[in-house]
Amino acid sequence: MNWTWFHRLASPPSFFRFAQRLAPWLGGLGLLLLVACWFGGLVLAPADYQQKDAFRIIYVHVPAAAVSLTLYVAMAVCGAITLIWRMKLAECVLIAIAPVGASFTALALITGMLWGKPMWGAYWVWDARLTAELVLLFLYLGVVGLNGAFDDARAAARACGLLAIVGAVNVPIVHFSVDWWNSLHQGATILKFGKPNISADMAWPLYCGLLGTYLWCAAAVLRRTQNELLLRERGTRWVRELGTELDGAADVS
Amino acid sequence: MSLLIADRLTVLRGDRVLLRDFDLCLAAGELLHLRGANGVGKTSLLETLAGLRRAGGGAVRQTPDDAPPHWLGHRNGLNLQLSAIENLRFWCGINGAPASAIDAALARMKLPPRARLRSCRLLSAGQKRRTALARLLLQRRSVWLLDEPLDGLDIDGLGLFAELVEEHLQGGGAVLMTSHQMLPAPLVAREWLL
Amino acid sequence: MSAFVALFARELKLAARAKTEWLMPPLFFVIVVTLFGFGVRPNDPQLAAFAPAILWVGALLAALLSLERLYRSDQEDGTLEQLLVSDTSLTFAVFVKSLAHWLLSGLPLVLLAAPLASMLGLPSAQFAPLVLGLALGTPCLSFIGGFVAALTVGLPRGGALLPVLVLPLIVPVVIFGAGAVRAAGQGLDAGAPLYFLAAILMFTLTVLPWLAAAALRNAFE
Repeated sequence: MNWTWFHRLASPPSFFRFAQRLAPWLGGLGLLLLVACWFGGLVLAPADYQQKDAFRIIYVHVPAAAVSLTLYVAMAVCGAITLIWRMKLAECVLIAIAPVGASFTALALITGMLWGKPMWGAYWVWDARLTAELVLLFLYLGVVGLNGAFDDARAAARACGLLAIVGAVNVPIVHFSVDWWNSLHQGATILKFGKPNISADMAWPLYCGLLGTYLWCAAAVLRRTQNELLLRERGTRWVRELGTELDGAADVS
Repeated sequence: MSLLIADRLTVLRGDRVLLRDFDLCLAAGELLHLRGANGVGKTSLLETLAGLRRAGGGAVRQTPDDAPPHWLGHRNGLNLQLSAIENLRFWCGINGAPASAIDAALARMKLPPRARLRSCRLLSAGQKRRTALARLLLQRRSVWLLDEPLDGLDIDGLGLFAELVEEHLQGGGAVLMTSHQMLPAPLVAREWLL
Repeated sequence: MSAFVALFARELKLAARAKTEWLMPPLFFVIVVTLFGFGVRPNDPQLAAFAPAILWVGALLAALLSLERLYRSDQEDGTLEQLLVSDTSLTFAVFVKSLAHWLLSGLPLVLLAAPLASMLGLPSAQFAPLVLGLALGTPCLSFIGGFVAALTVGLPRGGALLPVLVLPLIVPVVIFGAGAVRAAGQGLDAGAPLYFLAAILMFTLTVLPWLAAAALRNAFE
């Protein structure tokens, strides 16, 4: 297989241009799908017979939680690539994912708490899934903190990669905790073998929401990666040329 | 016979490229004296050759390639809480060298017997350097990579260093060192300015 | 073998030269536990219910105290770079260092656990899962903490970051450790959480030294 396209893409200036073109589309499409999800979920879907309208928070909670796990796996994979091949782009993506992942994990936890009160009568219970998701938040914040503590950006990214890999053990725990332990949290609805447990008119906004959130996150990560690239490569020629190209007399120092 | 070859080596420090496409060939019995201004990359080059720092490109080859080079950096590798003898005993254990040669090596480096038992915190900088140089005697390696080994040595110390290096070169070894000073008298080196 | 002896003997010798440093963890453990005793009503039966959590958290905080110094002096005096070019693998050196750390910091806590537990009023039936759990969990902390210490060695603000990074990685250990004691208290089988602890221990013993060595190499650059 010819990998030159990959090597070309992985060079900072090419990736920057690629992200510059792709991110608006991903963001726009994601936002569109999210709007469809919110409309479908908040207006069109019928009220649940048990939870009435409280269930509608599912349209924010589930995508946020799904993304928090997926982003962590992506971060750990970037960490492995950074450590094995020392690819600069992988380092930037790794650093870019951490704050986005942390935000969505926090969102999942907060929406979960808001949903827990009417459902279970408590904002927080120390069951396996919630605890593991909280640990995930600490891991994300740890990566952000570790990155900030280093002076050398490349050494920082490698250290964060190691931390991400060790913490990756937590991801299957979060996902399978509802099967492995007696948990208050409901079991898997979509990602399970057999027919999904949810009715179709409630399901389609959820799928839109999932896809929309993934696309929007991808756009956010691309933008942050671009920022990280600019920051790291600020002395190089391509960044200076970019500065003049975008801003006329901009002085990138 | 070449003991150490650097082939189109790129030396990095963080993200900065210090040296690009650097070629080097160190032959048996050769002393190479690397000179250059502060910050030009002498230490980073030596660290890359020793395998402590990853090269940005190119390769470092050693024959025979199972034995790592001797490395002596700015820091002596001596724990200050332990005495000279205890430190060297540790290094002998790590590298599988016999501990019986330690006293002789320290005597050769003219470290007085009482000083050998004191904790390294109480030794002078020159005495610590001599202890670190004694380590060179305890482990047989063919290539010596020495970063400013003359730091802190007095006239006697310089003489001892010259003796050590002469002996090593005559035994078929090679030395690559950096310094900001003139080499002590009997040593004749190939000078290289970075 | 000589490398193992050399590394281990060195750690013990250094600890003997700095005895006060290594007295801190057990002392801290005792202080934390007695503070809880002072904090509640005299002879409060609730204390026994919370005893597993108090003992576990106290032990882990105490073992954390000495982690920051684990690699710092080695990095500063140049021992680390000499280890990197030596004949011994850095992974092995990390393993021995973490093992020595457990022996000096963790084992005293395990031995202190039973007396302190009786002070908190824990029923003696729960002593065995407590001590066994701590015997399995404190090495996990030494190895996990050693990994995080390797990640943050040489960083100016590394000391403050260390507990923050250790916390998410040590959570499963606390959960299973305290869970084993509680299970025994309810008459259930304490075996399952203890087996989980043993599994975590096996994982940390095998994988983490290798990753910690990578982190130390990274810190050198």
